[in-house]
Amino acid sequence: MQADYIIVRFGELTTKGKNRKNFSARLLRNTKEILSGFTRLTYRLTFDHIYIMLNGENPDDVCEALKKVFGIHSFSVCYKIEPDLDQIKQAAAEIINNYEKEAFTFKINTKRNDKNFPMMSMEINRAVAGYVFHHTDKQLKVDVHDPDLMVRIELRKDAAYVMDNVILGAGGYPVGIGGKALLMLSGGIDSPVAGYLVMKRGIDIECIHYASPPYTSDLAREKVLDLLNVLKDYNHGGIRIHIVPFTKLQLSVYQNTDESYAMTVMRRMMYRIAEGVAKKRNIKAIVNGESIGQVASQTLDSMNTINQVITTPVIRPVACLDKLEIIRIAEKIGTYGISIRPYEDCCTIFTPKNPATKPKDYKAEAYEAKWDYAAEVQECIDNIETIVVNANYKNDEDLF
Amino acid sequence: MIYLDYVATTPLSDDIYQTYTQLLKKYFANADSAYRLGYEVNRLMETSRAKIASMLHVKEDELIFTSCASEANNLAIKGVAFQYQNRGRHIITTAIEHSSVANTCRELAEVFGFEVDYLSVDNQGHIDLEELKSLIRPDTILVTTMYVNNEIGVINPIKDIAKIIKTVNPKTKYHVDMVQALGKLPVDLNDIDLATFSAHKIFGLKGSGLLYKKHSTTLVPLINGGQQEFDLRGGTSNACTNIVLAKTIRLALESQKAHYDYVKKLNDFMREEIKKREALVINSPEDASPFILNISAPHYKPEVLVHDLESSGIYISTKSACSSKATEASHTLAAMHLDEEVAISALRLSFSHLTTMDELKTFLKALDESLTRVRKQR
Repeated sequence: MQADYIIVRFGELTTKGKNRKNFSARLLRNTKEILSGFTRLTYRLTFDHIYIMLNGENPDDVCEALKKVFGIHSFSVCYKIEPDLDQIKQAAAEIINNYEKEAFTFKINTKRNDKNFPMMSMEINRAVAGYVFHHTDKQLKVDVHDPDLMVRIELRKDAAYVMDNVILGAGGYPVGIGGKALLMLSGGIDSPVAGYLVMKRGIDIECIHYASPPYTSDLAREKVLDLLNVLKDYNHGGIRIHIVPFTKLQLSVYQNTDESYAMTVMRRMMYRIAEGVAKKRNIKAIVNGESIGQVASQTLDSMNTINQVITTPVIRPVACLDKLEIIRIAEKIGTYGISIRPYEDCCTIFTPKNPATKPKDYKAEAYEAKWDYAAEVQECIDNIETIVVNANYKNDEDLF
Repeated sequence: MIYLDYVATTPLSDDIYQTYTQLLKKYFANADSAYRLGYEVNRLMETSRAKIASMLHVKEDELIFTSCASEANNLAIKGVAFQYQNRGRHIITTAIEHSSVANTCRELAEVFGFEVDYLSVDNQGHIDLEELKSLIRPDTILVTTMYVNNEIGVINPIKDIAKIIKTVNPKTKYHVDMVQALGKLPVDLNDIDLATFSAHKIFGLKGSGLLYKKHSTTLVPLINGGQQEFDLRGGTSNACTNIVLAKTIRLALESQKAHYDYVKKLNDFMREEIKKREALVINSPEDASPFILNISAPHYKPEVLVHDLESSGIYISTKSACSSKATEASHTLAAMHLDEEVAISALRLSFSHLTTMDELKTFLKALDESLTRVRKQR
């Protein structure tokens, strides 16, 4: 039995009113970009569905990629077969037998477009359900109101279509519909999860990473790009990252501040640079992986002292999650294994022994007055290196 | 040249040759070096591992690159024996294993004092599942069997074997030598703890083997050294070889179905032809892998026939290349309790998708001529 197309149902955007069209158009665009590797696919957008014609592409691979598209509530693989009752019965039985649960309720729902077909819809429902009951090991029960599994049959003159309704999508809004934010990406566990969560709400991201070579290695930088290589499958196949040459400024910070305040002042510098880059790129918000209380820079006092140097809103999607909850998401989205690679990033080199957990803004300002940090901040912004991680990243498929 | 010994080894595929030579120059660095040059090599090697894992439906840290299948068999069997010797010291294998399994088991028995039981086979090469059931004991730590026998092509029912092991003693590990199955028969690692694969049997490189080891199984390494292969096999990674293994396996799996169907036709044809000849008997059972056809020419010395055919540019073998220097009957045929005359006069033919019908016809003609020209010596 050959899968013919995939029918995609929209997520939360069905709650939208007049700008619904923008949402569905964006969803179609994102879907196409994420599935761009499958060159034979063709698409059709209707009011409440997207149809993806497989044209011979492997349905399992396409489904796997589709699960990462935000804005999709669920989707189904549809089988195109001859409009023949025996074949329909077999297709329905196959769908029932492939369903993950052992005991469940189901319903057969037939739409008979071809009125010349010798049986009425209800008769077909009963015939198919009867067949299925006798050709499965599963414990089945019919529930016509709220079935676990709905098998739909559509009868046309030239073909019959049989489909189920069970593959859940990623949910959320289509990425990009909510504008763009700048994600501060260190390479740790939290920031990629923050990026994932903000994308789920329809916000596209660019990233900023602070590199301090030779104190941080090439491998730390590579790790960050590898993380984006995972995250890119959730936006629309490509993420831009700005890598900041941070060594000089970071050394100045350590030279001019007391050890206990170095981290606070450094974070203030990072925020200033992030805001500078955001303004340059016309980005409206900054996102980071700060989680309340996790480390010294993430107490409310620290956040207050650090955050006040900029006016751009800072979104902290994982602020209220436990570390274990964050790890669980990281594992699910596939960033965890990369995040735990043991390379130092600029936050972990020169770690002070006793960082201030309740830093005062006036003290931080006093340290900052000791040198012309603004010039060095500007120098960082002017010298950023921008990379786009997309399908071409580490593409050595010809070797494999 | 007519090559009919694809079970001994295969010629290198052009695709693999090109990829490999391209890699050799560029990626010379040590995969464990901490700079970009080394890291890049490591990355490609790990990508290869991940790709193979997804093709075999296992996890990437369940695959260990080795230098050959014999090493993988040694690592699996001795690794399990040494690791679990406090649980028990009893091992079960079959009487028709490849020498790398048979001799490893023998060493464990003779040098390390393990107890090894050998499953007998009938005259078709089939094992008896009831016998297996009766041999498994509470102290049985390992059962090791091949999937497809390398001499007669008999296929072991590994699903059933796994099921029996798990019912009688769930702690017993099951290792399967899958060298002659990969790329030819469906490979399902679900119920198996360890499995061995080789590249050079599927048009890949020599010096390239692979061991699958389920997470739940622990091994004692044979080669202690650095951190390579999850601490299970020290020694600088043979990176480029390991990198091209992914492509080697992919190519084999992609065309598995088509190649199987094609070779099945060749095999059917050969069986019909051999049956027509009174001087020859077929030793491979009907349900054997079609890639291997073992026949005997009673009263002839098989080596003489091999050399006579060789002079017309035809290459076949008498038995497994790995034990071709021993002069007695192959242990597989001996275990099948065939007529002695049949057992000592065996010839092994093996085919691949590169074999053509014309080659087989030419071979048959040459064989007929040899059989009339060469003197019977017994």
